[in-house]
Amino acid sequence: MNIHEYQARDLLASAGVTVPRGAVARTPEEAESIARGLPCNSFVIKAQVHAGGRGKGHFKDGFKGGVHLVKTPGQVKDVTAHMIGNTLITHQTGPEGKPVHSVLVGESTEIARELYLAIVLDRTSGCPVVVASQQGGVDIETVAEKNPEAILREIVHPGLGLQPYQARKVSIFLGFPSTGLRAPCRLLHAAYRLFIEKDCSQVEINPLAVTKGGDVVALDAKLNFDDNAVFRHKEIESLRDPSQEDPRDLAAAEHHLNYIGLEGNIGCMVNGAGLAMATLDLIQAAGGKPANFLDVGGGASEQMITAAFKLLQADPSVKAILVNIFGGILKCDILAQGMISACRSNPPRVPIIVRMQGTNVDQGRKLLKESGLPLIPAEGLMEAAEKAVAAASGKKGK
Amino acid sequence: MSVLVDANTRLLVQGITGKSGSFHASACKEYGTQVVAGVTPARGGEKFENTVPIFDTVAEAVSATRANASMIFVPPEFAGDAILEAADAGIQLIVAITEGIPVMDMMRVRHALEEYSCVLIGPNCPGIITPGACKIGIMPGYIHRPGHIGVVSRSGTLTYEAVWQITSRGLGQSTCIGVGGDPIHGLTLQKAVEYLHADPDTHAIVMIGEIGGSEEEEAAEYIRARVKKPVVSFIAGATAPPGRRMGHAGAIISGGKGTAQAKIEALQKAGVRVAKTLNDIGEEVMKALGK
Repeated sequence: MNIHEYQARDLLASAGVTVPRGAVARTPEEAESIARGLPCNSFVIKAQVHAGGRGKGHFKDGFKGGVHLVKTPGQVKDVTAHMIGNTLITHQTGPEGKPVHSVLVGESTEIARELYLAIVLDRTSGCPVVVASQQGGVDIETVAEKNPEAILREIVHPGLGLQPYQARKVSIFLGFPSTGLRAPCRLLHAAYRLFIEKDCSQVEINPLAVTKGGDVVALDAKLNFDDNAVFRHKEIESLRDPSQEDPRDLAAAEHHLNYIGLEGNIGCMVNGAGLAMATLDLIQAAGGKPANFLDVGGGASEQMITAAFKLLQADPSVKAILVNIFGGILKCDILAQGMISACRSNPPRVPIIVRMQGTNVDQGRKLLKESGLPLIPAEGLMEAAEKAVAAASGKKGK
Repeated sequence: MSVLVDANTRLLVQGITGKSGSFHASACKEYGTQVVAGVTPARGGEKFENTVPIFDTVAEAVSATRANASMIFVPPEFAGDAILEAADAGIQLIVAITEGIPVMDMMRVRHALEEYSCVLIGPNCPGIITPGACKIGIMPGYIHRPGHIGVVSRSGTLTYEAVWQITSRGLGQSTCIGVGGDPIHGLTLQKAVEYLHADPDTHAIVMIGEIGGSEEEEAAEYIRARVKKPVVSFIAGATAPPGRRMGHAGAIISGGKGTAQAKIEALQKAGVRVAKTLNDIGEEVMKALGK
């Protein structure tokens, strides 16, 4: 789960990490009044969207840049007026962009050095790992590729937690003098505590700035949370911003379906994540493009199948639907019933190719045949993918 | 011979009174697995299907029934605790089916398990089956057939597809293991391959991987250095977009790492036959066996 920068900033601040002064604004007037309250003569305005690359992005109406630096509260108001209600497009948002409903107005900080600091999960060791680099303010993946020795990875024992010597080691690597380790160590411990307490999957502070005055400040931060653990953090759940999410993804989440919108035109409904991925691969091998990843899960009910089917039918980019089920826990006759009731309440507008195998497959196939619905059966995996590709391109399947 | 489970395995089911727990305990029993006990706190003294005694704790169940394997269906928020309870009671094989356990919980559990000699399979996995002898998990039993192909996989339904393709060609399986789709889990692909390689009854190995993490690469390195048996592999997610979690929490390409391409190359370098599509696994197995 993702949250906005201003929310990440508030969480970090309450954990004890120093952040620049500022606040979130939802109107130009509010932005202006926040600026008037800040004791500085240079302000940063940052559009709040769930995507990176904002500085180099542009708005739908041509206005340039999701991050601006200005001198007066009046200019803060003007720039905010351009941003709010507009749509920001960056290299991470896709061509449709993300709507901007708020901006973060903050003091502009005089920076001496820009560093990188993150805490993520290291899968191989099964431990949290602190990732640090003196090359902050840029994409860490680029640093990892070009200059891997510029990155320190310090693995933390999950039972012991971050030890003081580790915090010192990281701080020294980040170039702090041995007499000035206190502030960075305190910040690192605070960030680690936040990572653990809130079940984060990532705490990334980039850049972590050393100001000309010598303060250590989190200038920008990105927090991600483990979806499996959100149930025990109601305060995090409440930070969810549906306007930043694909409406198809939201509808799917409501029915506990595992859905990811993609760019193609073949809708897929599959049980099991691995099989769903392999089905996308099959469609592309057959020369088509999938419209989505959709895993209805191993134990889907008839209601979930119906909901999944409605979701695919409602997507205007879908030109054909491929259903690929290996019946284990999810029996083929249950699947067939779900599809039949979905088709009855919502007559199909695109060809539907059904390939099923496994538990009660004969009953399932019989139900579909007897329903009289215009479903295209397929036995083999490749055959199913090829039929779906043909149907989506308007050619008649068998 | 087989790997980890056989006809002598004595299974207890944690969460046996829940909806999935009772359904699958029943299915395992029907398949022929010795289901000797169930555990649900505050339900001790009752019986499951009038035959299987239920206990309040795993320790009680073990001392009364000599159970040596556990299958866990406890809800995600309590599943980490259930795994630790099983380990502490001396259970040697723990199969955690539960999906959606918080990563932090699994991180602590995995480290705590280093103190024990038990094997954890999963979580978020289909389980393990030695066809005709013992099924611990949620896989449909009838698609399997006793034989000599060992199967290991990160995904449930993909395993079923592979097993089905093998069975349809008249071959059978020695043991099939689903290690699970979570980023932090117990048994790794490599360790499973080690077990299958050491098993004289396994003549060939099928390893099914997917994007994310580096377990396939690690297994490939082991195969290159040590494995003499033919190995067939398939990697799902070649066309998955980077940065998106493809259903399994562990199936994500991040920072250019964990791509299908890198895994396929590592496997091919290790002399593994990599099936081009899911459809080709059975065919590759036949070729690997010279049939």
